Amino acid sequence: MTLFALFRKELRSYFVSPLFYVVAAVFFCLCGFFFYTRLIFFVEYGFGLNILGNFWLAFLAGAPYSISMVMLLVMPLLTMRLFAEEKKLGTIELLLTYPLRDRTILGAKYAACAAVLLVLLAGTLCYPAYLQTLQPLPWVALLSGYLGLLFLGLSFIACGLFVSSLTENQVVAAIGTLGILLLFWVMTWNEAATSPQALRVLAQLSMFDHFESFARGVIDLKDVLYFLFFISFFNSLTLRTLESRTWRGR
Amino acid sequence: MIEVEHLTKQFGANRAVDDISFQVGRGEIIGLLGPNGSGKTTIMRILTGFFPPTAGQARVAGVDVTTQGLELRQLIGYLPESTALYPDMRVESFLRFCGEVRALPRARVRERVAAVMHDCGLNEVRGRLIGKLSKGFRQRVGLAQALLHEPAVLILDEPTVGLDPRQIIEIRSLISGLRGRTTILLSTHILPEVSTTCDRVLIIDRGHMVAEDTAAALSRKVECSERIMVTVEGPAVSVCAAVGAVPGVDRVELKNGAAEGATSLIAYSRVADASVRRAIAAEVVHHGWGLIEVRALPLTLEDLFVRLVTEEGTPGPP
Repeated sequence: MTLFALFRKELRSYFVSPLFYVVAAVFFCLCGFFFYTRLIFFVEYGFGLNILGNFWLAFLAGAPYSISMVMLLVMPLLTMRLFAEEKKLGTIELLLTYPLRDRTILGAKYAACAAVLLVLLAGTLCYPAYLQTLQPLPWVALLSGYLGLLFLGLSFIACGLFVSSLTENQVVAAIGTLGILLLFWVMTWNEAATSPQALRVLAQLSMFDHFESFARGVIDLKDVLYFLFFISFFNSLTLRTLESRTWRGR
Repeated sequence: MIEVEHLTKQFGANRAVDDISFQVGRGEIIGLLGPNGSGKTTIMRILTGFFPPTAGQARVAGVDVTTQGLELRQLIGYLPESTALYPDMRVESFLRFCGEVRALPRARVRERVAAVMHDCGLNEVRGRLIGKLSKGFRQRVGLAQALLHEPAVLILDEPTVGLDPRQIIEIRSLISGLRGRTTILLSTHILPEVSTTCDRVLIIDRGHMVAEDTAAALSRKVECSERIMVTVEGPAVSVCAAVGAVPGVDRVELKNGAAEGATSLIAYSRVADASVRRAIAAEVVHHGWGLIEVRALPLTLEDLFVRLVTEEGTPGPP
């Protein structure tokens, strides 16, 4: 009940601010542009036998012209204000002196941002729906890819919430989140730069590698666990940050 | 209702609150008086469970602030400093949100929101965005938010700061109207505020408790000012000389800004009763000058602090 009230408040504040609409417009414009150009590219030149399958892999996961890259750019903008704004306005003091547990506050913010993510992802479903009218689609692989996008987005939110809880400056929160996410994303891009042993560890940390198998239509427990761990790791860091008011300065 | 024992809060090397103890009875209105940075907000944040004290104990209605955070926050209504509210919410929906977050039943939320909007005079702005309200109205929304669940204890951090005089009077009468209904702890750095609204006053300076007094005793101290404002229609030099010669007056200080032909000055005296003012008036009349005013200047908070600190010999930290 209290969680739901908080959730509604958070969700409302997304939809009353122009930020969401600007972010959504950018998101859909870029996704639409990439969809169109990638599709033309794959249809013209065709790679391998499974042209459409390859197209979807590239459109969901291929850098940099993919939904996942656009998400990487816009998600920090959706998470930046969640704690930073409350700290700036001082309203965090109000929330923290209401009979609410820290994890309720975090949960409501997380859920509201996740709902916004769902709205964005649902919007992109018009692309496969459109292609379906031309040719039958590999729906199972596609759904797996969307599950991957969801996990990816939820991980971005967890990281963004954490950085937002550290600062009262929204720009700092957004740039910090982008930096961390980008690092996790590109960790394995330059394979020549590290030793093979280190690469094996880095590959396990890299978000991109775990996401790519989803986009290929493979749901592996290992990848699911990676994202769940990533999300709970950052959420527990956020809780520690909220809690820090009780032990800082002792 | 509120019991505070040897409360200490340390921020790094800075001791914001140092060994403060006090008690507040049920239904009392207590003022925490002190200059900015004296530790008022820190005390209030400890009492609201925002953070725990470094040492010492505090209980509100028997509930420990450190270990029983959630129960504590049910009991308390808190108006934070500078009234932080969500600017993008409308008054009524914000208050409803506050009720829901406090897990009040739906019917009770509706009833209480209507009640506090009426009590705080918010009906005319119920549909307005909080961010677009005047500061006075925002302060009332903050107060309404704190009153919503009929808390046993109301903690108000500088409820009148930044308001214009009319709004200050409104907020004060609102607070006075709560007398007897709940226990109130409010902080301020404005002296008249405590004498008009509070039963008892705790004076805090740099984390230390300097004095604890009833408002009546405090206002006696305030009225016993040794600074007397005198305005006379007469030549500055001779007026100064004449007033300066009155028994009980130590020295006089000429003030600028008097009207044409008049002289304004401040007489300093160590005798803090009406006899000096009477003597000055008699002296002026004796010289045949027009007497425009003789009045004791109210003590400023700075004066009071200086006096309290020197009188009671409390050593402040360096």
